Amino acid sequence: MKHHLISAADLTRDDAVLILDTAEEMARVADRPIKKLPTLRGRTVVNLFYEDSTRTRISFEAAAKRLSADVINFSAKGSSVSKGESLKDTALTLEAMGADAVVIRHHASGAPYRLANSGWIDGSVVNAGDGTHEHPTQALLDAFTVRRRLVGRDAGMGRDLAGRRITIVGDVLHSRVARSNVLLLNTLGAQVTVVAPPTLVPIGVESWPCEVSYDLDAVLPKSDAVMMLRVQRERMNAAFFPTEREYARRYGLNGDRMARMPEHAVVMHPGPMNRGMEITAEVADSDRCTAVEQVANGVSIRMAVLYLLLGGNESAAAHTSRTDAVRTEETE
Amino acid sequence: MESMDTNSHTGGPVTARPVLEAPDIARVLTRIAHEIVERAKGADDVVLLGIPTRGVFLARRLAGKLEQITGRTVPVGSLDITMYRDDLRLRPARALARTEIPGDGIDGRLVVLVDDVLFSGRTIRAALDALGDIGRPRAVQLAVLVDRGHRELPIRADYVGKNLPTSLRETVKVLLSEEDGRDTVLLGVRETDQS
Repeated sequence: MKHHLISAADLTRDDAVLILDTAEEMARVADRPIKKLPTLRGRTVVNLFYEDSTRTRISFEAAAKRLSADVINFSAKGSSVSKGESLKDTALTLEAMGADAVVIRHHASGAPYRLANSGWIDGSVVNAGDGTHEHPTQALLDAFTVRRRLVGRDAGMGRDLAGRRITIVGDVLHSRVARSNVLLLNTLGAQVTVVAPPTLVPIGVESWPCEVSYDLDAVLPKSDAVMMLRVQRERMNAAFFPTEREYARRYGLNGDRMARMPEHAVVMHPGPMNRGMEITAEVADSDRCTAVEQVANGVSIRMAVLYLLLGGNESAAAHTSRTDAVRTEETE
Repeated sequence: MESMDTNSHTGGPVTARPVLEAPDIARVLTRIAHEIVERAKGADDVVLLGIPTRGVFLARRLAGKLEQITGRTVPVGSLDITMYRDDLRLRPARALARTEIPGDGIDGRLVVLVDDVLFSGRTIRAALDALGDIGRPRAVQLAVLVDRGHRELPIRADYVGKNLPTSLRETVKVLLSEEDGRDTVLLGVRETDQS
């Protein structure tokens, strides 16, 4: 991790484990009566959202506020953006206001990269989802949830996901969550399989560090975790599959299919869920479904990311693995 | 955690001489345990909170000794103060250590903070802030293995293992068997100051 968090591919294994471990400590704060730390007092975090996403925005907002940062929410709707202001001019405005971090959600893939590398702003840029490209904090919170469920809360500290088999099911083509997850889970040592109808597998998937399958039933018995992706109805303008019923029948997760998964395996969903489409209510409401946990874990992960990017005079960069950081601490 | 504002990580002690050896450390901890029992009139409501890393080991050892003396279990926890430090923006972000508050909490209890070295006092100030966010103890006391002086804040320890007058050029390094394989306190000179 450098000064910014743009892509899950930017994270080394040590960076990723450091973020997960830090999030574990942040999660303890959520259990306390006073859920607030003075760590980022006087820092300003701007949530720059060009696309509506209430849950991601409030998750980042809660994370920044728990660390005592000042939060400015900037929604493109009704702002000067709708009057034609460019990303550059918005960025210069934020820079002039002294933003220490900009959390950006944009419909165009690559917008956060542009913002981070253009020299328009000095602060850290955190990608909160860009087009169909990436959503690294979602991948981190998914990895955090998997580690907690499969390895354990305390036992997981310092550990990665080596040897775990994780299956990602659904609309991989349009999913930034899938792309970030494949990259991050691979970095953490997990074996990833994506399962989707052939029409929803992106071109170039063979260069991804994962296997591809079109047969969900064949993959389920050897999965430690199954991540269901949301079918993005708003993006289904072309005929990607014949009918919703057929999709649900072949790629939807129902009680029968869940019974074929190993005893310990968990079902994940980034939300919002289309019940009856990619997941049945029976599965969504079962103990094995982590959707609600993922929301809570999202705040802890975003606290960890904001702390590691803004908590010092420079970010806990790639050079500082957890062990090094601990050693520095101890010699003081 | 000796200080929040030195750069001791840039140069460790090169010539270091031991000022406390393992038997001395065991003896001073026994003395501190007795002092705690005496001042608290028993150890009924005492909670020990160690400051990571070595303060936690010292807190556990003290709890063991308190149990021997009073015959009852004394709750032990750890209190990471990283996120309460006043020098966060002076250095790269650092990894967090574990905060573990005993199940019954600290409300109305006598909290004894335990650390290895007391220096500027900034670590303890941060610890007091952290405690305020966790609960409201009846009273807070401080036990340290070594007090090396050079306070920058009006803070003093209630229980001191050894007062060790030092110069700012000197370093104090506490080694404990749980982490370092042996028990000793070393007094050295900063590498950067040696010519």
